[in-house]
Amino acid sequence: MTRLPITKTPKVYVGGAFIRSESARVYPLHDASGAFYANIPQCTRKDLRNAVEAAAKAGPGWARRTAYNRGQILYRLGEMLEARASELAAALQLGGATPAAAAREVAAAVDRLVYYAGWTDKYESLLGSVNPVAAPYFNFTVTEPMGVVGIIAPDECPLLALITLIAPAITSGNTVVALASSKQPYPAILLGEMLATSDLPGGVVNLLTGFRKELVPTFATHAHLRALIAVADPEERKTLALGAADSVKRVRLIKAEVATDWFADAAQSLQAIRDTLEFKTTWHPVGT
Amino acid sequence: MSVRYPTSSLQALLSQIGPVDQVGIDERVAKYGTRSIKKAAKLWGLRTAVTMVDLTTLEGKDTPGKVASLCQKALRPADDASIPPTAAVCVYPSMVRHAKKHVGGTSVKVASVATAFPSGQAPLSTRLAEVRAAVADGADEIDMVINRGAFLAGEFAEVQDEIAAVVEACGRATLKVILEVSELESYDNIRAASFLAMQVIRPGDFIKTSTGKTSLNATLGNNQVMLEAIRDHYLATGVAIGMKPAGGIRTAKQALTFLIAVKETLGDAWLNNTRYRFGASSLLNDLLRQLEKERTGAYQAPYSFSESAESY
Repeated sequence: MTRLPITKTPKVYVGGAFIRSESARVYPLHDASGAFYANIPQCTRKDLRNAVEAAAKAGPGWARRTAYNRGQILYRLGEMLEARASELAAALQLGGATPAAAAREVAAAVDRLVYYAGWTDKYESLLGSVNPVAAPYFNFTVTEPMGVVGIIAPDECPLLALITLIAPAITSGNTVVALASSKQPYPAILLGEMLATSDLPGGVVNLLTGFRKELVPTFATHAHLRALIAVADPEERKTLALGAADSVKRVRLIKAEVATDWFADAAQSLQAIRDTLEFKTTWHPVGT
Repeated sequence: MSVRYPTSSLQALLSQIGPVDQVGIDERVAKYGTRSIKKAAKLWGLRTAVTMVDLTTLEGKDTPGKVASLCQKALRPADDASIPPTAAVCVYPSMVRHAKKHVGGTSVKVASVATAFPSGQAPLSTRLAEVRAAVADGADEIDMVINRGAFLAGEFAEVQDEIAAVVEACGRATLKVILEVSELESYDNIRAASFLAMQVIRPGDFIKTSTGKTSLNATLGNNQVMLEAIRDHYLATGVAIGMKPAGGIRTAKQALTFLIAVKETLGDAWLNNTRYRFGASSLLNDLLRQLEKERTGAYQAPYSFSESAESY
């Protein structure tokens, strides 16, 4: 007997749930040979708004977790990816990656999560400080997560680049709203399913799919996003910088027209964690 | 239907006023959420909702200072001076004179809960004395709770007599009768209680869903039952009664949906703060946030708006 094909309706992972766009719009995704593969949610600015609400709600709870626990959860996310590596590799091959290149990218993505899992309880020791001051005060600086971070991922390395941008932000207790690659959204759809089984509280990472043109202006102006990390072309960079200036948010813009080696050791660093931290300095009086 | 009280008296009442089609109500209110309110209509709705808010603080930890800041928030909700003040502030009787100092002589009324709020479990003489004291201190509006124990026991005459006594004690103050719908258990009971109240209160007085002190507060469903009761009472007698859902309305979107229910059930005559109010505190800031979004085009962070009081 022949079976009817059971195809999956891709949904995005927002606020710990799998949702369609509130607009009910989708756009077709084709595989490398040009054949129709699936309909991808075409998220709107209202979906972005809802995702930011979900991220803001999850923020305090995530930041209150012990650094050690955040590390455990990030490591477990790596485990989840590792267990479903072949599925992720297949998703990357949809975009034309060779089997070898796809496997290499998945392995690098898992390693990147493990890298940042190791940093969760260590970055504070390097970035925080006790400061010498010329008065009877104990003066120290500690870091705090900024809050909700907006991330806009590039089209190349749709899994590795996305994780490279998300992982350092959540390492320190930020929560994230990320726009996946428009051309290759499927790895992000699968990543959402793995996030859901990784012990990461709902709302810490929210993944949207859709068109950059529709969402970049809202990323720029949304006042509740405290930082933007984006791979963007010159025109988008201008939009993001202008909108961010209005709402006084931090931006780290990576030039889309300059090739980034997402596999390089330089793509992961303590500096990337620092990008989404605020520093708080306290002057504490000490007795003579 | 619950059998905790003699059904005969309820059935006698329902045979006069008609029972509620629960499935019909739930289906009707589910549709309200699908209306698309955009641009000018949305702006109008948001601003109108601001003028309908009874900005509320009802907590044991209320102080004159906290009431003072609540009053300032009611008078001038946001930096933008074009945003209108709220309808009223709603406080406990002991805070009425403090509130009156700040909003006396303005369009913002002082509403006071009374009658042993929220349980209503005090002797009638005590409850009436509380109402008189609040009115003497300057309360413009009194929010009373009905005797749910008597209602559920089927003592409808007692419930009505007590409301009538409070009406008398109010003098010139507007009365809002809190049915506490979460304790009434069914739409039929909510309709019955609405009519018991409406038969003895004056034109311009209100019926109100809840105290905000129980788990279930205003929902579109019980709001709809009460709006239809008001409509039927108005068509039968010509007496226009106001409505105040309270508790659980936290977002601008919810508020707009409630206004749609009012518009489609009672019409434009009820779309003002002499006939419709929201008992809320956190709602106001979400309305301001959406108004600011409409003004600037950018989504706003909730912490950009001054805190009022958080109670329900």
